Amino acid sequence: MITPPRPKVARSGPLFDRIFAWLAKGSAIFTLVMLIAILASLTISAWPAIDKYGLGFLTSTTWDPVKEDFGGLVMIYGTVMTSLIALLIAVPVSFGIALFLTELSPAWLKRPLGTAIELLAAVPSIVYGMWGLLVFSPVLSTYVQQPLQAAFGNVPYLGSLFSGAPVGIGILSAGIILAIMIIPFIAAVMRDVFEVTPTLLKESAYGLGATTWEVVFKVVLPYTKAGVVGGIMLGLGRAIGETMAVTFVIGNFNQLDSLSLFQAANSITSALANEFAEAGEGLHQGALMYLGLVLFFITFVILSLSKLLLSQLRKNEGAKS
Amino acid sequence: MTTGEILLKAAALEKTRSVKYAKRKRNNRIALVLALSAMVFGLFWLFWILFETVRLGIDGLNIATLTEMTPPPNDNGGLANAIYGSFLMVTLATCVGAPIGIMAGIYLAEYDTKSWLASTTRFVNDILLSAPSIVIGLFVYAVVVSRFKSFSGWAGVVALALIVIPVVIRTTENMLQLVPPGLREAAYALGAPKWKVILSITLKAARAGVITGVMLAVARIAGETAPLLFTALSNQFWTSSLSQPMASLPVTIFKFAMSPYENWQKLAWAGVFLITMAVLSLNILARLWAGSDKN
Repeated sequence: MITPPRPKVARSGPLFDRIFAWLAKGSAIFTLVMLIAILASLTISAWPAIDKYGLGFLTSTTWDPVKEDFGGLVMIYGTVMTSLIALLIAVPVSFGIALFLTELSPAWLKRPLGTAIELLAAVPSIVYGMWGLLVFSPVLSTYVQQPLQAAFGNVPYLGSLFSGAPVGIGILSAGIILAIMIIPFIAAVMRDVFEVTPTLLKESAYGLGATTWEVVFKVVLPYTKAGVVGGIMLGLGRAIGETMAVTFVIGNFNQLDSLSLFQAANSITSALANEFAEAGEGLHQGALMYLGLVLFFITFVILSLSKLLLSQLRKNEGAKS
Repeated sequence: MTTGEILLKAAALEKTRSVKYAKRKRNNRIALVLALSAMVFGLFWLFWILFETVRLGIDGLNIATLTEMTPPPNDNGGLANAIYGSFLMVTLATCVGAPIGIMAGIYLAEYDTKSWLASTTRFVNDILLSAPSIVIGLFVYAVVVSRFKSFSGWAGVVALALIVIPVVIRTTENMLQLVPPGLREAAYALGAPKWKVILSITLKAARAGVITGVMLAVARIAGETAPLLFTALSNQFWTSSLSQPMASLPVTIFKFAMSPYENWQKLAWAGVFLITMAVLSLNILARLWAGSDKN
């Protein structure tokens, strides 16, 4: 009896094909491993400090490398405060820019203006830092801080916000420079989400006699609100993690005695940039690593939220079209 | 109701209507003027920064800047070793990071577009894209520098490569998705294996976009300071050895700008000028390149 030749079974392909597929998959897995490795290595390196202080680290204001006693509240406060100032300025401005680019700008200007704003995002942060320290802060001191202090210095409560030496370095100037740095990110996201609003919706509103402002505020904005919030979160994540520009202008001074916006302060990132290379192994380095872990955790949560909100918008868009 | 009353009522209604309309029109005008000023506000900073960079940068720039080593305080010198260090580390980091990024982008666009692994990778990648770069520096310090007990150029390369990867993954995936499926199917129909379809059809079709992504990644890492601070550290002298601390332009600028010495500050401005011009022209080139291919 003759056995028929076994039919050729199509395997997953020749050797090279499989190698190539594995290389591609491996590279993707590499990205995942990177995230886990970052979290793991930061936790391990921060362990001396985590072990000693626990969560109390987040509420203690002492930072004394000589006596080896550490707490992160001063830096966390600096990071949160500068980022909030940045958002306060950047959100309305970015909204204005997005409105201008989507509804007002003549078509031929859209691209060049959009590119110019995107270039603002490409300028390296060290350039912002040096410009901020040597050019911007003297101007801020003379034309903003001194008049503000003269006007409100004696008003109770409000005056304490503007106390201290008006030297142009501190929380306020760091916040303003962060605002300039995150405007392009927020504006770009807002512009992109505004553009996905169906033309039909907008034209219906215009047909009912709505003005441009009413269309944007009552039709476009509600339609894209998830995306807009996502864009703001993205900007916030950037502001919190920004290092060099803040290090230049925040003054690097560990204090929380005065809540003045003009006071020199410190942020998580600037403490890391200034102290880490010189920190002795052990508790000091551990405490700095702990700060880094806190920073990574905060940005991770904010960026995840941003991503979820932005993808929600995309889903809605798919359902409605 | 008499005709007169009706007419009066209509007139009153007309009046409130026109008042309301005037108000809405005014609000609209205010909002649009504010939008215009927001745009001007944004551009104002860009031009101010560029203006000062050029003005103060050109002042400190001369031949010695490009040929001499970084000087001690109050002495003449240049930025040659820093420029070389930056160039070397950026080149190597791109050579390491870009292929990994492109391969991962290929995986996301060509192999598994919808699996659990792919969507998780996409999510994580977007987070790494915006994660604080100083954390990457801490990570590389923990796994490279503290293990080998020395700051080194290699550590700097690793840190920069880790920043390149997410940027390249994002653009590669997006660009590959734009390639029409018909192209792939035509190649498969001719019996080409998958790797060949990807390398010589889809990747080739998306070439301009992928290269743009790599260029943007280079522009990004060329200006990065934070991840180099405690990986490559800095070096006052010329070194080609990557196992030693290595100077880079951004870190040198940081050190010099924060110093009280006038000659250091001048050199820092020259460095800022060089780096800004390099980064912005890379960005503009990348955009032009991507734009020209579409038409």
